[in-house]
Amino acid sequence: MNLNDWLNNNTYHHSAFSDLKELVQLKQDAGLSISLCIPTLNEERTIGKEVVIFRSELMHRHPLIDEFAVIDSGSQDRTLEVASSFGADTYLSSEILPEEGFKRGKGENLWKAIHQLKGDIIVYIDADIKNIHPRFVYGLVGPLITRPEVSYVKAFYDRPLAFSNSVRPSGGGRVTEILTRPLFSLFFPELTAIIQPLSGEYAVRRNVLESIPFPVGYGVETSHLLDVYRKFGMEAFAQTDLDQRVHRNQDTRSLGKMSFGIMQTFIKRLRNFGTIHFDGEMDTVLRQFQARNDTYETVESDIPEYERPPMITIPAYRKSRGMPPLPKKRGKHGEEEKRTKR
Amino acid sequence: MDSNCEGILEDLGEYVQSLEDIRETVLSTMVMVNEIPSPTFKERARAHFLVDRFSEMEMLNASVDEKDNALGIIPGLRGDQDILLVAHLDSLFDETVDHTVTLEPRSAIGPGLSDNSLGVAVLGTLPLIMERIGLKLDSNLVLLGSSRGLGKGDLEGLRFVLDNYKHPFSAAVCIEGVRIGRLSFSSVGMLRGELTYSIPEFYDWTKFHSVGAIVDMNDMINRILEIPLPRKPKTTIVLGRMEAGTSYNTLPTKARLMFEIRSESDEVVSELAHSINSLAEEMTSKTGALVQFREIARRKSGGTEFTHPLNTIAREILKHLGIKSRITPSTSEVAALIDKGIPAITIGLTTGENAGDIDETIDIDPIATGLAQLTALLKAIDKGCAHES
Repeated sequence: MNLNDWLNNNTYHHSAFSDLKELVQLKQDAGLSISLCIPTLNEERTIGKEVVIFRSELMHRHPLIDEFAVIDSGSQDRTLEVASSFGADTYLSSEILPEEGFKRGKGENLWKAIHQLKGDIIVYIDADIKNIHPRFVYGLVGPLITRPEVSYVKAFYDRPLAFSNSVRPSGGGRVTEILTRPLFSLFFPELTAIIQPLSGEYAVRRNVLESIPFPVGYGVETSHLLDVYRKFGMEAFAQTDLDQRVHRNQDTRSLGKMSFGIMQTFIKRLRNFGTIHFDGEMDTVLRQFQARNDTYETVESDIPEYERPPMITIPAYRKSRGMPPLPKKRGKHGEEEKRTKR
Repeated sequence: MDSNCEGILEDLGEYVQSLEDIRETVLSTMVMVNEIPSPTFKERARAHFLVDRFSEMEMLNASVDEKDNALGIIPGLRGDQDILLVAHLDSLFDETVDHTVTLEPRSAIGPGLSDNSLGVAVLGTLPLIMERIGLKLDSNLVLLGSSRGLGKGDLEGLRFVLDNYKHPFSAAVCIEGVRIGRLSFSSVGMLRGELTYSIPEFYDWTKFHSVGAIVDMNDMINRILEIPLPRKPKTTIVLGRMEAGTSYNTLPTKARLMFEIRSESDEVVSELAHSINSLAEEMTSKTGALVQFREIARRKSGGTEFTHPLNTIAREILKHLGIKSRITPSTSEVAALIDKGIPAITIGLTTGENAGDIDETIDIDPIATGLAQLTALLKAIDKGCAHES
């Protein structure tokens, strides 16, 4: 595939979908329903505004979203109180599919949203965006509503405040440019066309979401791209420029942890795809260093990238969607494998 | 008060209840308005946002004019008079300031929310507000997001509309975010001015023993403060802002002082301006520096009487809502309307604090009451309860 052709055909600006009356009509004509999920953990500063703007603009004024939920990993601050005070449906991730247990992490919330929400399309928007605007949603669902062959739309952000030349560099943040894009360039060159592979905002068709596994931690965005690419090809992707995103910046040490999680997810897939081979297991402990007076000490962080299986394999989900149970798996000696509670 | 007008007051409790539900819409519009920076003379983006709202709600003549005013009309059932509802679009904060808003369960925080993103948001949602309480007016309601209202803008946007709108306005209401209870129906005489101090390039520092612009401007300030002010008519001089100097060890060669003279008497305003101008000339001759007085804006005093029916019904509405009215003269939009002989009043929509600061805060709970106040006032004007017989 010619990457420039893909970029030309599958890259949008949010303004292409700003006629919300028309977009809602197209959505209704296509018989689609859309759910919005905001995964949260301690986001009391920004969640109120997101709830008010999305409910007011995209549910009441223009019924683009049919359902909207805040799914929380156990915030210690007033995130849930603020969200519900502005009328949001709020859920604790641990209370969705309780028989599957609970893992702390954004990916867990995204995964459980597939079960909790009913829409044909699910939009995920991070909760830490200071300059939230309806474009964050309509820019992402627009390509899905207007192009049935597109299944996964990723956000990117590109609005330089001033630039003197007509050509300017464009890309992602630090982890994208020094880790993810080099890895994609080495092993999956077509995926480099995704301008910001780690952006936390995307809209996806249910049939795609339910068919892929979900790392619960830092690797969820990377795994999505790799798995959707393997199953559906580049044609399934589109990306939308949402202009600027104002959010908290993370320090280098936090980015190190993020990179560690992404590397685990990436290497695990290379191994599963048969691209690379090595024996043994990867370590899950990241070692960083700090200086205390004249001595240096190790700071160890255990970052296991636990993965949830595709939602379509979960019995409660299949039941809620009216699907028949999966045939029970047989072990080596013909006995039924038991599902173990995690 | 006739029975029609009393009926409006009786509906107020119901209005407040009905309008509780619409606060989300007002808040989301307010957030989006506020996050479009709109310093004076740079209101175009905010004006277009507002006009898009007007168009979406199928108002008539929704347009941005050559002064960047945003205007739209909700046509009346009879359309035999035009009522003007104004909120100024410009804010005190320039584009470099972080305009993002934080919403908490009971308050919103962000620069410019009370002055005047909330007012603009109410314009942008008024048809929905009226629909919610089933309010249909006989009069045309002209909604105006006015540009160039603050500082050097000197109400240029509103004055342009008043000079060029094709029909007379029977009355006008100006809305500001804060503070509910405020009623302004008179304008004090006002002169906004600047004193600039600059030392020429060829200035001989040793000969004149100069201590630089800051000390000389300080001397000017002391001289201004020595000018006797009358107790009646009430008069004040506000020294609002000063700029001077560049570093610890460089004698400053330039300084600028921005001030406002306010008085119930236009003559006193003129006399004080003359005195300050004389001080500037004296300082020029004494120091060899160039000290200049410049008039930036001027308002005449005037307004309607306390007992004017518009003001009376506005007070009655607040009383029925359990809010104490606070009469304050204004130098804002109401002044331009008074100049044109249009009965006009400025009202506030909610409570808040830190006005003019980065962490400007407005309270969410009183907004429904503020909206009830506004809609009742519009209804009263429409039914003739605010007109002099």
